Amino acid sequence: MKLSYYPGCTVHSTAIEYSRSIDAVSQALGIELREIEDWNCCGAAAAHSIHRDLGLALPARNIAQAQNQAEMSRDLVTSCPGCFNALKRADYALKKDEDARREIEEIADFHYSGEINIRSLIEILTNDIAAETLRGKVKKPLEKLKLVCYYGCALVRPHAVTGLENPENPMMMDTLMELMGADVRDWSYKTDCCGADLALTHADLVTTIVGRLADHAREAGADAFVTSCGLCQANLDMRQSGPDPLPVFYFTELMGTAMDLPGRDGWWRKHIINPMSLLSGLGYA
Amino acid sequence: MDYQLSNCAIKSAPDFSNEIIGETGVRVDRCYQCMTCTLGCPVAEAMDYPPNQVMRLIDLGAREVLLGSKTIWMCVSCENCFARCPNEIDTGAVMDYLREEATAAGVKVPEERIQLLHRLFAENIRAFGKVHEATMLMNYKLKSRDFFSDMGLGLKLFLKGKIPLFPAKIAGLDKVKKIFGKTYDKKFGDKS
Ligand code: SF4
Ligand code: SF4
Repeated sequence: MKLSYYPGCTVHSTAIEYSRSIDAVSQALGIELREIEDWNCCGAAAAHSIHRDLGLALPARNIAQAQNQAEMSRDLVTSCPGCFNALKRADYALKKDEDARREIEEIADFHYSGEINIRSLIEILTNDIAAETLRGKVKKPLEKLKLVCYYGCALVRPHAVTGLENPENPMMMDTLMELMGADVRDWSYKTDCCGADLALTHADLVTTIVGRLADHAREAGADAFVTSCGLCQANLDMRQSGPDPLPVFYFTELMGTAMDLPGRDGWWRKHIINPMSLLSGLGYA
Repeated sequence: MDYQLSNCAIKSAPDFSNEIIGETGVRVDRCYQCMTCTLGCPVAEAMDYPPNQVMRLIDLGAREVLLGSKTIWMCVSCENCFARCPNEIDTGAVMDYLREEATAAGVKVPEERIQLLHRLFAENIRAFGKVHEATMLMNYKLKSRDFFSDMGLGLKLFLKGKIPLFPAKIAGLDKVKKIFGKTYDKKFGDKS
C-alpha cells in the first residue's frame, strides 16, 4: 500500500520516537509512506487561535502541495492528530462552504479540486489493514500489559469535521491494542483534553489536569497510557508528578513491541518517564 | 441597556449576538444555559467566565468584557463543549473569533503569555515555514521574561535529542509569507 504522507513538524523533534516506530511498523506491514514535497507547518493550535483564516490557509497550502504531486496517492495520511485536525478543518471549509472556499483559494493561491482525502494513520491501520493480518504479525502478545487508551481531543473533535467514529467513545486504538494482545482497560477519560499548549504558560494547571488523568488511569487498573498524539504524550510524559508516574507510549511503539521489531531501545531512550522497568518486568523489553 | 454584574459593569453592544452569528455562523442565540459545556471544559476552573457564562455575556452584549477576559485565552479549543452541547453551539469557534477581535483591537490581554506564545508560534512559521522549537522557545523565554521555569525539562529534551539546534527553511516560504500578508498582517497591521 502506497500513501502520501504529511509528517508534521514534531517528527524530527519532540515526537522522534513516534516517527521511528511509525517507520518500523509501516515497513513491517508493507505500507509505503511517501512524504509530500515541501510541506509547511499546519499552523497547529496557534494559527487559528490568533487568526482564523491563517489557521485555514496554512493547511490549505499543504492540500495544494498534495494536489500538485499527481503521481502520488490521493490519500494524504498524517500520524499527528493536531495536523490531522488542522488539515481536516481546512478541507471541511473548502468542501462545504462556497464563500470560505473562494476566500481560502485566494489567500493560499490555488484551486481546490477536492481529490485529496485527509486520513489519520491510526484510522488506516484500523480500517484498511485486515485484523487477521495484524494478528498474524504478533510475536509477543502484550497480554500482561494493562493499558488505558488516551485519544485526546484533536483526533476526534469536532465530529462533523473529523468524521471519525463516536467522539465520546472512540475505539480505534482499543481495537489495535487488543489485536496486539494487550489488556485494555475501559475508562471514561479517553477524550478529555491534556491541557495542550498551556503546559508552557500554565504548567501548574496542566500538572493538575495530567494528575487527574493519571489517577483515573490507575483507578482503571492501568500500568501505562497509550496515545496517538505528540502533544498528549509530551504533557503526560513531562507533567506527571508523584513517585510512580505511568509510562506513556505511542500506539505504534506498542505495535512494534508486540511485533518484536528492531530498534526499540532507541525509542525508549527518548521517553522522559522510562518505560524499561515496566517492559522488562513483564518480559517485553 | 447597560448592566451591573457582581464583578463588572457591562456597557451593552446591542448587536453583539448578531455579530457573532454573522461572523462565525454559530447560533449562540440557541443557548438555554444547561451548563453542559462548562461541566466538560478542562480549564473552566481557570477562566474568569466559564463557557456557559460566555453565552450569557454575548446575549447581554458584553463585547468589551469578553474581549478583555482571561477566558478567551485559557480556552484550548478542545471542542468538548461543542461535542456535548444539546444545541450544537460551537463555543470553540466563538472563542477563536473573540481572540482574533481582541488582538485586532489591541486590548490589554490578561493572559499575555498565551497570546505571546500563539504569536511567536505563528512568527516562527512565517520565518521558516515549519516550526523550529529552539528559536520559538528562546523567543518566548526572552519576551515573556519567564527565564527559569522548565529550564530542567528543556535541558532534558535537548539532551535526548528532541530539540534540534538548526532551523531549516522550506522552499515555498514566499507562499507562506503571502498567506501571512493576506490574513494576519491585514487584520492586525501595526499591532502585529
Ligand atoms: S452546553 Fe450549549 S446550551 Fe448548554 S449552556 Fe453550554 S452553550 Fe448553552
Ligand atoms: S473548546 Fe474551550 S471552552 Fe470549549 S471545552 Fe474546550 S477549552 Fe472549554
